[in-house]
Amino acid sequence: MPKGLQKYLRLQAMPTPFCPGCGHGMLMTAILHAIDEAGLDINNMVFVSGIGCAGWIPSPHFNADTLHTTHGRPIAFATGVKLANPELKVVVISGDGDLASIGGNHLIHAARRDMPITVICANNSIYGMTGGQASSTTPIDAISKTTPSGNIERPFDLCRLVGASGAGYVARYSVVPLKPLIKSIITALNHNGFSFIDVLSPCPTYFGRMNKMKRPVDMFDDLKKRCKKIKKGEKSEEGVIPIGVFVE
Amino acid sequence: MKAGSYLLQGNEACAEGAIRAGCKFYAGYPISPSSEIMERIANRFPECKGAFIQMEDEIASISAVIGASWTGAKAMTATSGPGLSLMLENIGYAIMTETPCVIVDVQRAGPSTGQATKPSQGDVMQIRWGASGDYQIIALCPWSVQEMYDLTIESFNLSEQFRVPVFLLCDEAVGHLREKCVIKDDIEIINRKKAKGKPPFGQDGDDLIPPMPSFGEGERLLVTGSTHNEWGFRKTSDPDVQMRLVKRLSDKILLNQDKIIRTENYLLDDAEIGIIAYGITARASLKAVKILREKGIKAGLLRLKTLWPFPEKVIGELSAMVKKLIVPEMNLGQIVREIERVSKCDVVRLSKVNGEVITPSEIVEELLLAKYYS
Ligand SMILES: Cc1ncc(C[n+]2csc(CCOP(=O)(O)OP(=O)(O)O)c2C)c(N)n1
Ligand code: SF4
Ligand SMILES: [Mg+2]
Repeated sequence: MPKGLQKYLRLQAMPTPFCPGCGHGMLMTAILHAIDEAGLDINNMVFVSGIGCAGWIPSPHFNADTLHTTHGRPIAFATGVKLANPELKVVVISGDGDLASIGGNHLIHAARRDMPITVICANNSIYGMTGGQASSTTPIDAISKTTPSGNIERPFDLCRLVGASGAGYVARYSVVPLKPLIKSIITALNHNGFSFIDVLSPCPTYFGRMNKMKRPVDMFDDLKKRCKKIKKGEKSEEGVIPIGVFVE
Repeated sequence: MKAGSYLLQGNEACAEGAIRAGCKFYAGYPISPSSEIMERIANRFPECKGAFIQMEDEIASISAVIGASWTGAKAMTATSGPGLSLMLENIGYAIMTETPCVIVDVQRAGPSTGQATKPSQGDVMQIRWGASGDYQIIALCPWSVQEMYDLTIESFNLSEQFRVPVFLLCDEAVGHLREKCVIKDDIEIINRKKAKGKPPFGQDGDDLIPPMPSFGEGERLLVTGSTHNEWGFRKTSDPDVQMRLVKRLSDKILLNQDKIIRTENYLLDDAEIGIIAYGITARASLKAVKILREKGIKAGLLRLKTLWPFPEKVIGELSAMVKKLIVPEMNLGQIVREIERVSKCDVVRLSKVNGEVITPSEIVEELLLAKYYS
């Protein structure tokens, strides 16, 4: 963690419990960078997360008000926080299992309502915390503990889902490289209304090992190779992960 | 509403009581027979500067209520049995995080969708034990429109004082009853204890209830439903922290039960037969007592305004004074088992589960049978 960002951390909570090479630690840095660059007062922010490795990104690490909720429900809790005090900046940070699988209903309804909160999905296409089971974002054919011969279910494209539900800012970035992700988080935090970022954040421990990417670096290389900015209306080729801003 | 006498529906009185108690946040999902509470709130909140939202389900409703409570608002939701089932996981979260809030359960006949517009008392154990783990809750049972108002205020006061979710456990019959409700000006309102820089999840000296700051006050709160120390840091494998927390959550209710529990006696001083009842069933029971007295039978009524924590001391004492206890309930025998557990005399069950309220004559008949033939 860069020295300049340490003021945002509870140092007694460090180091983080994330595995070496886990994308969640990088996303955590990106979020704090964005808060710093945007000049936001962290005392005026509330970070809400659910259950999962991703739910630990803000709690207990961020030295701010944090609400670590039940599995799948952080957006619903955040809705109560925001409505009770609209002056607060409310940011939800949680996993793909949490926000898009068990909590998918709250995600689309908050987008439909244009609830003025920012939702950052730390998407590793797997349930990391419970040991590598499939989630609603696991790609077809991917191996997980519950899809030992390859996943046969189609995954959600979270950006299309949230965009179609009415969100005002929707983007997807990976944790490599960090710069465009930070820029996107700043835009999302400054957006007036519901904003959503699907952050591709690898889980080397489960997804990587089960899917022929033995070392963390293999996962980063894979993301760098496959993530491409797609122009409006353009179709992405097979295997390409479209990144960029989809709704603004 | 200004002080005065009004003709109100029970559910409307509940909404008015909430507003009087200072409720500033309501999240809910429509379900019979509770929806009038939400509708009244939706109408009244704009002028009261409260925030109202209809959520996508009951899980979201209770979640939003807890989020709002931590943001400093007195918050409430109302539902019925099936909706309560959906809320249970987060009710456990509210207990664990010591979040004050009020949950109204207007009971209807179950299981499942059951009879949506018919009364029942089938949720008394669901609210008591539905969430996972060990804990104590507070539940109040109104028997009139007046008490839908008064006990809603009392529910908020208790929830703020003890930092627990408090249940207003009523039923379709009381919820939809229309009768006089007197609204007064001088009502005691209790607000949560505040203190800067103090641990929000520990024992506060001798006081088992810690102060509760809100988001946005600069306290940098760590709130989690996982086992935590007094500052909110997760301690998910420390046996002492787990034990201390679970014990304190229970003890803060149990050791204060004398302050919480309210019961009422009717003609019990010389009674040989005691009826124990709560909610709408207590109304029929009081009528039954009067009929029996006219027949020369010394009957009396103990009405449980507080159902949880369970008023076992008063019941134990009563059971030592009377020959028989009779317990009418609109379920197949839920509170009666608690009564049997603490009673020294014979306990007679009177169950009714056809979606209709128990009538005074049914209680009288059962009592006559119990008195003369057993
Ligand atoms: C109601 C409930 N069901 C299941 C679980 C178990 N559980 C804990 S974390 C988790 C999945 C988390 O996955 P994700 O949100 O993608 O986070 P990650 O660990 O991958 O970062 C599950 C299923 C739970 N805690 N609560
Ligand atoms: S299990 Fe996966 S998601 Fe969880 S910390 Fe390890 S690498 Fe990260
Ligand atoms: Mg995940």
